[in-house]
Amino acid sequence: MHIDPLERKWVQVSLGMCALFVSIIMLDALFHGVNAPSNVETIDSRKIHLSEEFGEDNLGVQVAENGEITVRLVAGRYAFFPKEITIPAETKITFRWVSMDVLHGVHMPMTNMSTMIVPGYVSQVESSFPRPGEYPMLCNEYCGLGHDHMWSKVSVIDREEWDASRATPDAATNDTTDEEQNNE
Amino acid sequence: MNDSTAKNLALSHMWVAFSAFILACFMGEYQVLERSGLFDSLSSPSVYFASVSTHGVLMAFVLTTFFIMGFGYYTASHSLKVPVWNPKLAWTGFAIALSGVVMAAIPLLSGLASVLYTFYPPVQAHVAFYMGATLLVIGSWVWCVIMVVMFYQWKKANPGQTVPLVMFATTANALLWLWTSVGVALEVLFQLIPWALGWMDTLDPGLARTLFAWTLHPIVYFWLIPAYTAFYVFAPKQAGAYLFSEEAARMALIVLVVFSLPIGFHHLYMDPEQAKGWKLLHGLGTFIVTLPTLVTGFTVIASLEIAGRLRGGKGLFGWIGTLPWGNSMVLSVILSLLMLIFGGFGGIVNASYAMNTMIHNTAWVPGHFHLIFAGTTIIMYFAIAYYLWPILVKKPLFSKSLALVQLWTWFIGMSIMTTPWHVLGLLGQPRRISSVQYNNLLTLSWEPYELLMILGGLVLLGSACLFFYLLVKTQFGASTEVFEGEVEYAEPLHAVKDLPEYLNDFKLWNKAIAVLMTISFGIPILQFFFMDTYGSSGWGY
Repeated sequence: MHIDPLERKWVQVSLGMCALFVSIIMLDALFHGVNAPSNVETIDSRKIHLSEEFGEDNLGVQVAENGEITVRLVAGRYAFFPKEITIPAETKITFRWVSMDVLHGVHMPMTNMSTMIVPGYVSQVESSFPRPGEYPMLCNEYCGLGHDHMWSKVSVIDREEWDASRATPDAATNDTTDEEQNNE
Repeated sequence: MNDSTAKNLALSHMWVAFSAFILACFMGEYQVLERSGLFDSLSSPSVYFASVSTHGVLMAFVLTTFFIMGFGYYTASHSLKVPVWNPKLAWTGFAIALSGVVMAAIPLLSGLASVLYTFYPPVQAHVAFYMGATLLVIGSWVWCVIMVVMFYQWKKANPGQTVPLVMFATTANALLWLWTSVGVALEVLFQLIPWALGWMDTLDPGLARTLFAWTLHPIVYFWLIPAYTAFYVFAPKQAGAYLFSEEAARMALIVLVVFSLPIGFHHLYMDPEQAKGWKLLHGLGTFIVTLPTLVTGFTVIASLEIAGRLRGGKGLFGWIGTLPWGNSMVLSVILSLLMLIFGGFGGIVNASYAMNTMIHNTAWVPGHFHLIFAGTTIIMYFAIAYYLWPILVKKPLFSKSLALVQLWTWFIGMSIMTTPWHVLGLLGQPRRISSVQYNNLLTLSWEPYELLMILGGLVLLGSACLFFYLLVKTQFGASTEVFEGEVEYAEPLHAVKDLPEYLNDFKLWNKAIAVLMTISFGIPILQFFFMDTYGSSGWGY
């Protein structure tokens, strides 16, 4: 069997490139915790409105006593519920998503907030947003003929602005419109 | 040898393939026009999604499967110098696959199967669509069986001899397809069809997506292998030289087949139903599959360099200019490799375990696969058709210069169309939308790219029509000239001696695949039977 020395060298170079990419990915995944969103958690999509966590009153932005922020959203044809949320910049946010009907996907352009929302499962993503602004949240998996209309809005506000709004007593609820008015 | 059966099989299969192709090209152009939002009269999500579904099915399943079968029948019979084994069975396979296409086409065209070519449940299509797709796969299994039987019959009749490279590649592809189509077959037979018939109330979309992922990535290598085969066995000869290394070619094909199978989870990176460890494992495998492509690129370019230098090319790059650019096969290989470089770069981004997040399900993805599939792969299908048609119909190609124009315009059109897609993906545009309805400033930045896509689509449509016209004119034109050429395969630069059995047979590799598949899909599939999962009932659209 004959393998040309040049070809042998090229295979070594190719292996080297592969090894480089793979080691970067492994280092990030194993030591820096950079992973694809995965939590393998099931839920009955036909009963989410009856579930404790995803009942209507519990949707949207919730701040725990230790300050951790969780956003719970329901995807259903053709919207994400609730339609608008406000969150602080430069803060770790945990998104928890469920679908009430078919397969959906969601991403916020220019950020790494992205996940598929598969009926029967809870999708969880963690992200933080360095830059304040208005971001759309778009459905990116074909879910039916109204798919183009499926989107909602996220306002990312400065951390100070957020803290100030939380400090005022009547903003202790999750009502996002109140917070915006308080900060004018 | 009278190989008229093989010729008829090849022509019949390829006519189905290219008829599907031309129909799908018209739909493609309609889709970019619709999406741009410039023409109010065109805007209709129901027509758009019916069209996208049909375009995808025709291009990805019908064009490819029929082309691969036709190409396989002819090259197997020709390279092994034996007639096609069991022609009756071959024609039965053709009939099964074709009836599947017709069966799926009816619901697709009448808007009863607008579920895109990935048919992800729980959006539910008409049962005839799932059954038609199944028949197409069953028809293709017949082809696989015939290829494997011919391979082993020849080996038995010629002990110790090296199987011709073209047949080695075709058999590799048949085995790849048998292995990989099992995933989607399980999904369709045990989930989709019983559910669409109402025998089963619900199905688990997580399991369905996992089974589909089993098929979803290797299938693209099933489409790609004939292109690589032409790179190795036709192009060096057409350029006037030798294949740089046949051993390297065989190794590349084997690595491609063995490692393309256990890596489908990179399509599920953003999914909730599989744990990160499994995604990481499949991600690493995905990088291994870049190796055979890098080796193929090297071997093919080295073969072309030898040709260029034999033709008098001097210096580091001088050999490029002396290549026979007027030969449609050589031109196609060059254009195909160029698109493979860009498409491959995009693919590495997709495969990157975490980087994928930015471009997942955005316009970047169709940009990437149009470069690799509609570019790299299909341009080689064109080249193979231009090469085989005169041989199959015994008439010279209607116009060699028009064929060159067609190949160049396809390359240019594909470049114009896929560049904006990549940019739009980075700008956050989702794939699979029929129009832009988001009331957001961001979407303004998308508009100019939509216009470029229309232009690229128009160039491609013109090129596709020219291709079809050339085939029709070659076969049915008034020319009375007789073409006497034969298919010629490239000789390796160094004669193949002492070839180890593992580079001339697949028994070992089938065992390796079985082990790798068990590791990478065993628990990820079994977990659905350990966990409490909840099914979904079907939804219309």
